[in-house]
Amino acid sequence: MDRDGSGMATIGSKAGTMQMSGAEIVIRALKEQGVKHIFGYPGGAVLPIYDALFADDEIIHVLCRHEQGAAHAAEGYARSTGRPGVVLVTSGPGATNAVTGLADAMMDSIPLVMISGQVATHLIGNDAFQECDTVGITRPCTKHNCLVKDPNELARAIHEAFQIATTGRPGPVVVDIPKDVQFKQGAYVSPDAVRHRTYRPKTDPDLSAIVKAVEMMAAAKKPVFYTGGGIINAGLEASRLLRELVKLTGFPITSTLMGLGAYPASDPQWLGMLGMHGTVEANNAMHDCDLMICLGARFDDRVTGRVDAFSPNSVKIHLDIDASQINKNVRVDLPIVADAAKALKEMLHFWKTQKRKADAPALAEWWKAIESWRAVKSLAYRPSKSVIKPQYAIDRLYELTKTKEVYITTEVGQHQMWAAQRFPFEHPNRWMTSGGLGTMGYGLPAALGVQMAHKDALVIDIAGEASVQMTMQEMSTAAQYDLPIKIFILNNQYMGMVRQWQQLLHGGRYSHSYSEALPDFVRLAEAYGCVGLRAETPDELDAKILEMISVNKPVLFDCRVDPKENVYPMIPSGAAHNEMILAELSDTEVSDEGKMLL
Amino acid sequence: MQQKTPQTQRHTIAILVDNEAGVLARVVGLFSGRGYNIESLTVAEVDHIARTSRITVVTSGTPEVIEQIEAQIGRLVPVHRVVNWTVSKPGIEREMALVKVAGTGDKRVEALRLSEAFRARVIDTTHTSFVFEITGAPSKVDAFIDLMRPLGLVDVSRTGVAAISRGPEAM
Ligand SMILES: Cc1ncc(C[n+]2csc(CCOP(=O)(O)OP(=O)(O)O)c2C)c(N)n1
Ligand SMILES: [Mg+2]
Repeated sequence: MDRDGSGMATIGSKAGTMQMSGAEIVIRALKEQGVKHIFGYPGGAVLPIYDALFADDEIIHVLCRHEQGAAHAAEGYARSTGRPGVVLVTSGPGATNAVTGLADAMMDSIPLVMISGQVATHLIGNDAFQECDTVGITRPCTKHNCLVKDPNELARAIHEAFQIATTGRPGPVVVDIPKDVQFKQGAYVSPDAVRHRTYRPKTDPDLSAIVKAVEMMAAAKKPVFYTGGGIINAGLEASRLLRELVKLTGFPITSTLMGLGAYPASDPQWLGMLGMHGTVEANNAMHDCDLMICLGARFDDRVTGRVDAFSPNSVKIHLDIDASQINKNVRVDLPIVADAAKALKEMLHFWKTQKRKADAPALAEWWKAIESWRAVKSLAYRPSKSVIKPQYAIDRLYELTKTKEVYITTEVGQHQMWAAQRFPFEHPNRWMTSGGLGTMGYGLPAALGVQMAHKDALVIDIAGEASVQMTMQEMSTAAQYDLPIKIFILNNQYMGMVRQWQQLLHGGRYSHSYSEALPDFVRLAEAYGCVGLRAETPDELDAKILEMISVNKPVLFDCRVDPKENVYPMIPSGAAHNEMILAELSDTEVSDEGKMLL
Repeated sequence: MQQKTPQTQRHTIAILVDNEAGVLARVVGLFSGRGYNIESLTVAEVDHIARTSRITVVTSGTPEVIEQIEAQIGRLVPVHRVVNWTVSKPGIEREMALVKVAGTGDKRVEALRLSEAFRARVIDTTHTSFVFEITGAPSKVDAFIDLMRPLGLVDVSRTGVAAISRGPEAM
C-alpha cells in the first residue's frame, strides 16, 4: 500500500500498512480522495490536523470567517464542480456553527465531508471545554456520521465518508475525531482496501420499468418532463442525455429550482421553472398533463401546491435514486429507482431501438395549449423609468454578462425567485441556491467556494440586503484569497419575501420585516478592502454593472430597487397549480420590448 | 392503540443493522424526527461474530406511512435489511412480561389460578406478592395484565415484541 513513503510516516510491522499519526492519516486520506481544497476554521480540538496541514503543501486550506461560511463555501464548491466539498472545524462551537451548512447540504443533496475535532476520548461525556455531542447534533442533518475512537479505524472512516457522501443520493457526512486520536499512531489504509459493510446504493434501473416508461411516453397525448436537482447530481452526462431525450420526443420540459441548467433555457421546449413562483405555462402543463415524467425531483410542497389537487389526471413516472422519495408526497404509477444518467441512457436506447414515436397530432394540440399559456407572459412586470425594478436589474445583469462563463449563487428571498425566473441557464452546475432549507446567508460563502474552483469565471451572488448580512464576514475571506466574487444586492430595504407574505396574507402588517439601520454597503466593501458600487436609477445601472464586471476584486454592489415589488406569478400555499395569482400590470399594455427596456 | 382511524394498521418491522455506536439512536431518531409511532421496540446483538443486531419495531400507520417508514429505514447507512412481517409473510410474534401482583386472601388465590390458565410462571413469591413471567403474543400479555389489575397489579415490565418468520428461511 505504501506508495511514496513520505514525511514522518514509517512502515508498520504489518506488511502493506503504514503507521502515522491520526492527523497525518486525515491528510493522507484526503489527498488519496483527490481533495485539493478545504474550507475550515481552526481551534483547540483540531490543532493536530492543522499542524499536519502546515507540513503539507498540496492541499489548499481556505480560512473562512465563520464555520457556517466554510460549510456553504464547500457546498458551492461541490455544486459547481460535481466533486465533494470538504470542511474542517473544531469541536463544540466550531461544529455547531457548521450545522446550518450540513442541514442545507442534506436537503439539497450536496456531497460534503466535514471533519470535526472532538475533545479527547477520556473527556467525552464530561462536559469538557468545547465539548458537544457533534454526532448526536448532526445525526438528523447528515447522510451519515461517526465518531472515530481508534486511529486504526480513521482512514477507513474517511474513505467511507467520501464514498457515502458522493454516491447514491449525495449528502453531507461528518467524521468526528477526538484530539488524542489525531495524535496517536495508527495504520493507514488506502481507499481500495476499504469496502463498506452495508452501504450499497442501487443505481441500475429495472429495465422492465424503463420499457414500460418508454411505452407510456409514446402513448402520451399531453406529456411533460418535470426534472430536478437529481439530474445535476447525476453529472454532465445526465444533462446531455436529458437534452437528447427531450429533443427526440418533442415533449415540453420544466424543472424545479434545484434543476435549473440541466436543460438549456434558450430552447423552445423549455417552459421555465415550475412551482410556487413558476411560470403559468409550466404549472398549467403540470396540472393538465396526462403523463408526468418526473426525473430526479421529489414533489416538494413548493412544487406541488395543494397535493390533493396536484395534476389530477396524469399518470406519473418517477425516477429517483432514493427509494424513500417514491410515493412520499404524491403517489406515482411507475417508480424507477436508479441513477438518472443510467436510466436516461436506457430510456433513449429503448426509445430508439423500439422505434418509438411521440403521438405527433396530439402533441401539436398540447403545444397549442401551452403556447396559449405562454402568451400570458406571466413573468412580465410593470417597468419604470425612475426606479430600478428588481426584474429589470436581473435582466440587465444577464444581458451584460451572457458572453462570459457565469456562475450564479443566491441568498434566499424575492431576489432568489427573480433570479430563478429570469436568469437563463444553459448549462448545469452554474446555479447554486439554497432550495430545500432556504438558508439566508448561503450565497456569499457559496460564491467563494465556486470561485475557488473556477478561478477565471465570473461568479455572482444575487443577494438581498437582509440575507447578505448573515454571512457578510466572508467578504474578508474573499479579500484574503483574491476571490473576485460579485455580490449583487437587490436592496429593497425589506425582507422582501416576508413583506410580500405579510402584504398578501397578514393584512399588510409589516411586523419586523423592514431592514432598519442598513450599513452603507459601499463603505463596508471598502472597509474590507473590496470595491463598493451603487446604482440608484435605471440610467446608471448598465455602466455600474460593467464596472463591476471589469474590476478584478470582490465587489459589493448596492443595487437600490423598488421596495414594494412582489414576486409573481404565485401559487399561494394551499392552492392548486391552476390557481395562480398573476402580477397586476399597468392597465395600458406595454410591448415586450417596452417591458424589457423601460 | 385504542382509537385508530380505519386506515391505520399495526406493523411489525424487523431491521438487521451493523452493531455500531449510535445505530439505535439513528433508528429511533428517524421515528421521532418524522413523527412515526413506536408501540414497542426491542434490540439486541444477534450475531456476535458478524456484529449485527436486530431491532424489532412495532409501529402503526396508514399504508402510505408504513411504506415511508420502511423506505426511510432502508436509507440509513448501517442497515442491512428491513422486513415488514405484517406484509411480506406473517411472522411469529412473542413478547415476555414480568408482572408483579401484591395482595392476600381471595385475590391472591385468583391471581395464581389465572396465571396457571395463562401458563405464566411464578418466579418470585412472598407472603404478600407474586412475580409472574408470561410469554406470548402481545394480545395475550395485554389480556393477562388487564386481568391482574383488579387483583393487585403493582408493576409491569415488558420486553416488547420479538418476531421471526415461519418456515426454513432467514430474514
Ligand atoms: C436563516 C433564515 N432566517 C429566516 C428566513 C426567513 N426568510 C425568508 S426570505 C426572508 C427575507 C429575505 O430578505 P432579503 O435577503 O432582503 O431578500 P428579499 O426577499 O428582500 O429579496 C426571510 C427572513 C430564512 N429563509 N433563513
Ligand atoms: Mg430585501
